[in-house]
Amino acid sequence: MDTVTLEPSLYTVKAVLILDNDGERLYAKYYDGTYPSVKEQKAFERNIFSKTHRTDSEIALLEGLTVVYKSNIDLFFYVIGSSHENELMLMAVLNCLFDSLSQMLRRNVERRALLENMEGLFLAVDEIVDGGVILESDPQQVVHRVALRGEDVPYSEQTVTQVLQSAKEQIKWSLLR
Amino acid sequence: MIKKFDKKDEESGSGSNPFQHLEKSAVLQEARIFNETPINPRRCLHILTKIIYLLNQGEHFGTMEATEAFFAMTRLFQSNDQTLRRMCYLTIKEMANISEDVIIVTSSLTKDMTGKEDVYRGPAIRALCRITDTTMLQAIERYMKQAIVDKVPSVSSSALVSSLHMVKMSYDVVKRWVNEAQEAASSDNIMVQYHALGLLYHLRKNDRLAVSKMLNKFTKSGLKSPFAYCMLIRIASKLLEETEAGHDSPLFDFIESCLRNKHEMVVYEAASAIVHMPNCTARELAPAVSVLQLFCSSPKAALRYAAVRTLNKVAMKHPSAVTACNLDLENLITDSNRSIATLAITTLLKTGSESSVDRLMKQISSFVSEISDEFKVVVVQAISALCQKYPRKHSVMMNFLSNMLRDDGGFEYKRAIVDCIISIIEENPESKETGLAHLCEFIEDCEHTVLATKILHLLGKEGPRTPSPSKYIRFIFNRVVLESEAVRAAAVSALAKFGAQNDDLLPSVLVLMQRCMMDSDDEVRDRATFYMNVLQQKQKALNAAYIFNGENTHCAPSLNLRALVELTQKPFDMKSVPLANTPITEQKTEFAPVATSKLPEKPGPTRQDIYQEQLAAIPEFQGLGSLFKTSEAVQLTEAETEYVVRCVKHTFARHMVFQFDCTNTLNDQLLQKVMVQMEPSEAYEVLHYVPAANLPYSQPGSCYSLVRLPEDDPTAVSCTFSCTLKYLVKDCDPNTGEPDDDGYDDEYVLEDLEVTVADHIQKVLKPNFAAAWDEVGDDFEKEETFALASVRTLDEAVGNIISFLGMQPCERSDKVPENKNSHILFLAGVFRGGHDVLVRSRLALADGVTMQVTVRSSDETVVDIILASVG
Repeated sequence: MDTVTLEPSLYTVKAVLILDNDGERLYAKYYDGTYPSVKEQKAFERNIFSKTHRTDSEIALLEGLTVVYKSNIDLFFYVIGSSHENELMLMAVLNCLFDSLSQMLRRNVERRALLENMEGLFLAVDEIVDGGVILESDPQQVVHRVALRGEDVPYSEQTVTQVLQSAKEQIKWSLLR
Repeated sequence: MIKKFDKKDEESGSGSNPFQHLEKSAVLQEARIFNETPINPRRCLHILTKIIYLLNQGEHFGTMEATEAFFAMTRLFQSNDQTLRRMCYLTIKEMANISEDVIIVTSSLTKDMTGKEDVYRGPAIRALCRITDTTMLQAIERYMKQAIVDKVPSVSSSALVSSLHMVKMSYDVVKRWVNEAQEAASSDNIMVQYHALGLLYHLRKNDRLAVSKMLNKFTKSGLKSPFAYCMLIRIASKLLEETEAGHDSPLFDFIESCLRNKHEMVVYEAASAIVHMPNCTARELAPAVSVLQLFCSSPKAALRYAAVRTLNKVAMKHPSAVTACNLDLENLITDSNRSIATLAITTLLKTGSESSVDRLMKQISSFVSEISDEFKVVVVQAISALCQKYPRKHSVMMNFLSNMLRDDGGFEYKRAIVDCIISIIEENPESKETGLAHLCEFIEDCEHTVLATKILHLLGKEGPRTPSPSKYIRFIFNRVVLESEAVRAAAVSALAKFGAQNDDLLPSVLVLMQRCMMDSDDEVRDRATFYMNVLQQKQKALNAAYIFNGENTHCAPSLNLRALVELTQKPFDMKSVPLANTPITEQKTEFAPVATSKLPEKPGPTRQDIYQEQLAAIPEFQGLGSLFKTSEAVQLTEAETEYVVRCVKHTFARHMVFQFDCTNTLNDQLLQKVMVQMEPSEAYEVLHYVPAANLPYSQPGSCYSLVRLPEDDPTAVSCTFSCTLKYLVKDCDPNTGEPDDDGYDDEYVLEDLEVTVADHIQKVLKPNFAAAWDEVGDDFEKEETFALASVRTLDEAVGNIISFLGMQPCERSDKVPENKNSHILFLAGVFRGGHDVLVRSRLALADGVTMQVTVRSSDETVVDIILASVG
């Protein structure tokens, strides 16, 4: 029996992955040197996908790592941590990621919608995990902080001050040239 | 709020990936519009997204192109578009390692981090710390301190986490922020609390007192964050382990109280911490086990998994503690998550009764193909443990294992199965033939060289002694035809063993050997030629020396080294080579549940080699020859006395060196000229004392005594020494360690030190005892019978004999089969001076144990010594 007590540390998450239903990488962020090269990472992703895409069972142990996962329509979300890690902490990260995206994509969590909002995904993951440390676990907070604004407002609807402001900017830049 | 891309993206067909055919060069080309004025935030944003997407896909960016894109990106700071700015931060972080001169954005980031826009501040801090080095850090130190105590949680969290990342790089700077971190720890925000606690611990972890104070404070005040609680539990259990505090400590109470926390995460962390503590009693485990039992019926798969996995660990040490959960575990056998089902079954296998084994095995085999290799290994280990517990079930297990062996699987998995089968074969002689048959079948189609050679070695060892050895020849020779060099060589060695042991097979083996002599590989040819010649002599003694017991008795690394040194000086003597201490591999079942990616340990210098070097450095001990044997350390004082002394006995050809490792546990004393005076009871002569010059508080030091063994009476192998520790005491200041000028002589009586026959004999494993027995021959054979009146069981007698003689049991004869009244114990060793010595001891159990000892050796005195010491 391994009596290695876990070194108390905030570094909880080893990787966050999002794959599509062909196992192709849509998003992958590795936070430590477990898989240093792209080749090893892709091999790991293939292994993970082959072991998880048929079953919807939430958690698995692969290559000595705990993998918690969730699938929705054509997307597979994975959060990976050490096999000694508290599984529920990893689950909290996964749930936060999924719920945040679900809100940002208006419950329309599927590949196409995600690809149209990649910057939202990038920013959301950045707010949830920073270098392996769980930064935030509350989806409301994450969505609030990502704060994607709406469509660019057409000129006709801009207020006078906004138009002036942008005109000023343009003049300033033309002068600076 | 979401943002839609241009119409043309949508037209590109449903389900297609707008990023799919991105070309790096095209994207970098597009990045030129960053320089256009005015900035078009939407298009720039899209291009930044593409760049990050490419980086994320693992696309490689050269330094030049990355730097160019990076500099273009810096211009985007002029736009006030929020999302665009945030994407700039991300780009900075992603490119921090590939682009040059990333520090040029420092001022922009510093401005954002101290600005009014809260949305910018947190991410700006994180980006800034990513590109900062130690010297730059001092410049922004003031801002960091402010940010840590900022009232906006995202800012404070970002600053704390970034500080944590920088501890590795600039510990000294970050250390100065402890007070701010302390203040942040009392924040209302749960994440800030958690991050502050993490940072504080990292800054203080080397100062046990500070950690203990911190724990005390937080466990009393209580925290809101479940994450912080988990962290506290981990810190507490680590501290408990380090201080070896008893389980009545307040820290243990704290962990136990967390079992009643309202967050499952905390409850589980606490239960897991308790389970992992060493030396937990069943009573202390009970509350942890009962919360885990509750989790077993949770609707959340992760929680069920966590619970079963932890219970599985408990079952290894305290199977009885888990029996209460058997019913819940039974329900999990049909769990749709196969990992959970497997863990449940293996746990049940550990706790269940013999009658349930068949049913559980059937259940596993129904889904074994669906689980990952890691869990298959867990299953195999459970089976292996089970075989030791219920030897009668071996046929069921063996069947199951052979089926598993046929399935696909990685190396770790196959190795676990092969190891398991081998251990079953060794434990149960009845299972030998079936086991070997399964292994033969396996090597017919085995891609792992290591396993194939291992199995061939086993076949060579066990095969010739089965009733029909001829059937294995075919399997072995197939290897010679089909496999790689290493396997072919192993197969040749195995063949030779068949030829040497079975006369009727010898002619056919010789024919096969002849074919192997034409092999394309040097090693294979060499081995074949060598064995061919040995076998043709048809002499039992030669066979024994070169085929059965020829391998592994001398440790190769030091042999090579010594041979090189000595060849240049004097004729090389095989007897001067230290014998390898046979590592006794025990197939214990306490595996870590998942032992992946563990490299096999490299053979480092042995303990004896280290001592040899240490002793050679002392001038008095030169000319003693090479070190023959080093004993285990013997304690000469009670634990927790003023001075702790243990002795290691080093045996040389004609001398012994006693090494006394002394520790002074009084902090107000400095000992000088420390030595141990020895009074022998026999004709042993103390030649030299090598004192330890200084023995300050708690720093171990060694002194030595050199003793000559009596030459006129070689049978005097045992002796008792009465030992006294003599030294000069100087009182000293406990704080500074500064000693007074004058001291006084003092002495301290130690326990007696025994030298026994075991100190003169080195263990040697003879893989084939019978052959070795014939090789030594009966020139100096003596036999005597003894009655061991005080011994009640055969096991006890065997144990006593082995520890008394210090010899290596061979042929697994140290294991006495159950319900037998007689047993034969085979022991092998080498006596000081390099004479092989073999002991065959027949034991019969009547009232006491009657023992008939037969000793053979290449030297008569040795035989006498052994018999004299037994009597």
